[in-house]
Amino acid sequence: MDFFNSPTSILSIIALFFIGGVGSVFLSRIYADNGKAAGTFAHLAALLASLLGLITAASVLFNGQGIFFTLGTLFSAVSFDFRVDGLSAFFLGIVSIIAAATSLYGLSYQKHFYGKYNVGIFGFFYNALIASLMLVMIANQALFFLLVWECMSLASYFLVVYEFRNAENIKAGFLYFLMAHFGTIFIMFAFFLAYKATGSLDFDAWRNSVGALSPLMRGLIFGSVLIGFGTKSGIIPLHIWLPEAHPAAPSHVSALLSGVMIKTGIFMFVRFFFDFFPGAPMEWGLIFLVLGAISTLLGVLYALSEHDLKRLLAYHSVENIGIILLGFGAGLVFFSLGLETFALFALAAALYHTLNHAIFKALLFLGAGVVVSETGTRHMEDYGGLIRLMPYTAFFFLIGSLAISAFPPFNGFASEWLTFQALFVGISSTSSLVKGVFIFSIASLVFTGGLAAACFVKAFGTTFLARSRSEKVSKAHEGGWPMKVSMGMLALLTVVLGVFSTTVIAALVGVVASMGLIDPLTYRFPFAEFISARDQFANVLPLHAVAMILLVIFLVTASVIMWATRKRKIVIGKTWDCGMPLNSRGEITASSFSRSLITIFRGLLRPTKQTSTEYHDENMRYFIKFQEIRTEIGDPYRQALYGPAHRVLTFVASWARRIQSGNVNLYLSYIFITLIALLWWAAR
Amino acid sequence: MQNRVGAGIFQPYRNLWKLFQKDEVISEDASWIFRFSPYLIFALTLVIGSGVPFISLHAPDLLNGGISFMPLGDFITLIYLFALATFFLALSGMDIGSGFGGFGSSREMTMAALAEGGLFFSLLAASVAAQTGNVFGMVENLQTLPLQSFSPLIIAFLAFFVALLAENSRFPVDNPATHLELTMIHEAMILEHSGKRLALMEWAAANKLFIFIALGVNIFFPWGVALSLDPGALFASLVFFAVKGGVLLLAIALIESLMAKFRIFRVPDLLFTSFVLGVIALTLIITF
Repeated sequence: MDFFNSPTSILSIIALFFIGGVGSVFLSRIYADNGKAAGTFAHLAALLASLLGLITAASVLFNGQGIFFTLGTLFSAVSFDFRVDGLSAFFLGIVSIIAAATSLYGLSYQKHFYGKYNVGIFGFFYNALIASLMLVMIANQALFFLLVWECMSLASYFLVVYEFRNAENIKAGFLYFLMAHFGTIFIMFAFFLAYKATGSLDFDAWRNSVGALSPLMRGLIFGSVLIGFGTKSGIIPLHIWLPEAHPAAPSHVSALLSGVMIKTGIFMFVRFFFDFFPGAPMEWGLIFLVLGAISTLLGVLYALSEHDLKRLLAYHSVENIGIILLGFGAGLVFFSLGLETFALFALAAALYHTLNHAIFKALLFLGAGVVVSETGTRHMEDYGGLIRLMPYTAFFFLIGSLAISAFPPFNGFASEWLTFQALFVGISSTSSLVKGVFIFSIASLVFTGGLAAACFVKAFGTTFLARSRSEKVSKAHEGGWPMKVSMGMLALLTVVLGVFSTTVIAALVGVVASMGLIDPLTYRFPFAEFISARDQFANVLPLHAVAMILLVIFLVTASVIMWATRKRKIVIGKTWDCGMPLNSRGEITASSFSRSLITIFRGLLRPTKQTSTEYHDENMRYFIKFQEIRTEIGDPYRQALYGPAHRVLTFVASWARRIQSGNVNLYLSYIFITLIALLWWAAR
Repeated sequence: MQNRVGAGIFQPYRNLWKLFQKDEVISEDASWIFRFSPYLIFALTLVIGSGVPFISLHAPDLLNGGISFMPLGDFITLIYLFALATFFLALSGMDIGSGFGGFGSSREMTMAALAEGGLFFSLLAASVAAQTGNVFGMVENLQTLPLQSFSPLIIAFLAFFVALLAENSRFPVDNPATHLELTMIHEAMILEHSGKRLALMEWAAANKLFIFIALGVNIFFPWGVALSLDPGALFASLVFFAVKGGVLLLAIALIESLMAKFRIFRVPDLLFTSFVLGVIALTLIITF
C-alpha cells in the first residue's frame, strides 16, 4: 500500500495520461485503421490511470496520511508543489470514478468517429483533460494551479469543438472559450490580490496567513473568487456557456464536463472560504445561499423547457450546482456564527451532493450518449419506444432519473435530505434576515424536487416509453458491452451511496474536519457526535432500513398478489384510440408535457410563441398549406446582461481606436512618451 | 341534493373484489414499466402507511426491534416516497402512448410539483413546533403543547388540507369520478389499466387518501392518539381517530358536493396559496 500513498503513485498517474495522450497521436499516424488502435489505446491508458487515481485517493482517505511533495521550480515563479490532503483526495476520487466509467464507455463510443474525425487527436485531448482535472485538485501553488487550470480549459475547449463539422459546436465552443477566460481573469485577479496580501504564491503560505488580510482585501478576493470559479461552476447568471458547451462535446466528455469539471469551482470555493482564508463574514454565506437558491429553481425550470436531451441534462447541472451551493452557503453561515458542528454537516452535505451529482449526472449523460449516437438526433420529439430497443440503457437511465429526482433510497435523496437538515438548522437563527434567506432556500429546494421529478418523467417518458416517433429511432440498437458495464457500474454506485448514506456522511464529515477547521482527531468518524447534534431537531436517516423495508414489502405484496391472481389471463390489445388512427402523432410530446408548467411559471420563463402560416390561396385563407409554430423561452441574461456588456465593449473599443491613425511618427511619439513616463516613474 | 341514493360505503371494496376476479387487457405498446408500476405503487402506500401513526405512537417493528419502521416516519422521507409513487404512476400513464395518459401524466406532475410546497411547509411548521422531524415524535410532542400554540398550526393545517385535495385528485383540482378530458388527471393515467392492475391502482389511491387523513388529523389535532399499547387506550384512540377522520372526510365530501372543479390554470393559485399559508405558519412558529 505504500506505493499508493507516495509521490510515485501521483507521478505514474500523470505519466500514464501522458503516454496515453501522446501514444494515441502516434498510433493514429502509424495504423491506417480509422483510429481504432489509437482510440482504444487512449481510453485504456486513461482507464488504467483513473483506476490508479481511485486507489491513491482511497489510500489517502483511509490512511489519513496526505501526500505532499515538490518537483522544483520553473523560472523561480512556478513551483510544482503537490498536496493531496483529505479534500483533494475526495475530489481526486470523484474525478477517478467518473473518468474510469467514461474511459470504459469511450472504448465503445469511439466507433462513431472512425473515418469522420481524427481519433488520435481526441485521445490526446481526452487524456489531457483528465490529467489536468486531477492536477487542478492537487496543485499547491498559484501559478502551477493556473497552468493546469488553463490546460483543463483548453483541453475541454478542443473536446467541445471536436465534432467541428457541425457549425453549432464551433459556436458553442467559442462561447465557452470566451466565458472560461472571463472567469480565469477573475481567478488571476484573486490570486494576485492574495499574493499582494500575503507576499507569496504558495497555497501553504495563504493557509498560514490567519488575520493578515484586511476586510476590504478579503472582500475583494472573495468577490473575484466567486465570479471566477462561479463561471466554471455555471452559477446563474454566469451559466450561459454551460447548456451550449456541455451538449456539444462527445457524450462521455459531456459526462466528464458536467459531472466533474464544474465541480472544480466548488472545490476551489471550499479551499478559499474554509481552507485558505477561513472566517468569512456571514454575508458571504447568505450570498451563496441566495445564488444557490436561484440557480436551483431557475436551472430546473430551464431544464423543463428544453427538448434537447443533452441540453436538458446540462441545465440540471446548473440546478444541482445550486443545491451544492445551498449546503456550502449554510456551512459558511454556521461557521461565522460559531456553530462549527452544524457547519461541518452543511459542508458534508455539499460534498455529498457533489459526489452524488457527479455519479448520476455521468450516468445520465452516458445513457443519453447511447440514445443520441444510435438515433442521430438530440431532439426529444423524435424519440419514443426506446425501452424495447435498448432495455439496458433504459433501465440505467431510469435509475439515474430516480437518483437525480431525489427518491429514496437513491443517493440523490440522501444528500438532499442532509441539505434540508442543514437548512432547517438555519431557520432557528435569531436574525430575521438569516431566517428569511434560509426559508427562501428551503422553498426553492422543495419546488426543485417536484419540478425535477416532472422533468425526468418527461425525459424518460418521451425518450423511452410509448411508440417511436420517427423512422430512424425505431431502428436503434443497444450500445456495446463497455457502455453497458460502465453505466451499470455507475447505477450500482447510485444505489450503494444512497443505501449506506450514514457511513458516507460520517466519512465526509471526517474529510471536512481534516481541513483543520476543528481538531481532526475528534472528528475523524464522529458518528456519536452526529447523532447527538441532530437529536435536537430531526432523527438520523438510516436509509438502509428504508431500502430494506421497501424491498421486503414490495416483494411480499407482489408475490402474494401474483399468486392470488395467477389464474387471470392477460390479453394484449391496442391502446384505446377514440376511433382515430393510432400513430405517434397522438402521443404527448416533450414540449406539450411541460407546457402547463411553463405557462404557470411564465413570469419567470417569459415564453414566446410565433406562428407563421402559409395558405394555398392568399386571397382566400381557408386551406392551410403549411403552418409553423415556434415556442421559445426568454433569455434575460443575453438581453439584459451580456448584450449591454457587449455594446459597452464595442463602444469603448471604437473609441480607443482613435489613437491609431496609421501614422508611424505618431506611434513613435507614443513610444517616446511612454519611455519618458517610465523613466520618471523609475527615478522618482 | 338531487334525491339520488348513493352506493353503500363498502362499494369500493366490492369494486376491488370484482376487479381482482377479472382478466386483464394490456396495450401492446406497454413496456415493463406499465406492468411493474401498479405493484410498486401499491407496495409504496403500504410502506408509507407503516411509517405513519394511526392510533398508536409505537412504530411497528419486526424481530423485536431488529427492523424498526421508525425511520419511515421522517417527514421528508414520507413526502419523497409519495413522490416516488407519483413518478411511476405518471410513467405508466405515458407508457401506453395514448394522448389521455400523456396529458394525465403531465397534469399530475404539474400539480404534484406545485402541491409539494404546501405539503412540505405545513409539515415543516409542525416539525419545528414539535422539535422533531419524525411524525411519531411530532404527534407525541404536539400533544403536550398548550392550546394557544396551536393557532399557527391551524394555518399549517389549511395548507396541508389544500395539498391533500390536490395530491389525492379531489375537488376542486380533479374529479375522481369521471374520465372526461376536462377533469382528467388521475383517472386519465389509469385509463388503460384493467383487472388486477386497475384494482391495485384504485386501492393504492384509497390508501393514499387514508394516509393523508391520518397525517392531517393526528399531527394537527394530536389529541387522543394512544401513548401506550394498552388495549383500552388503543380502543379509545381508535374512536378518537374515527371521529377526527370522519369530520375531515365529511369536509372533503362537502367540498365535492358544494364546489365546482377549478379551471386547470386556476389550480396553481390555490396551490401557491397553500404554500404561502405554510410559510406563514412556519414564520409564526419561529418568531413567537
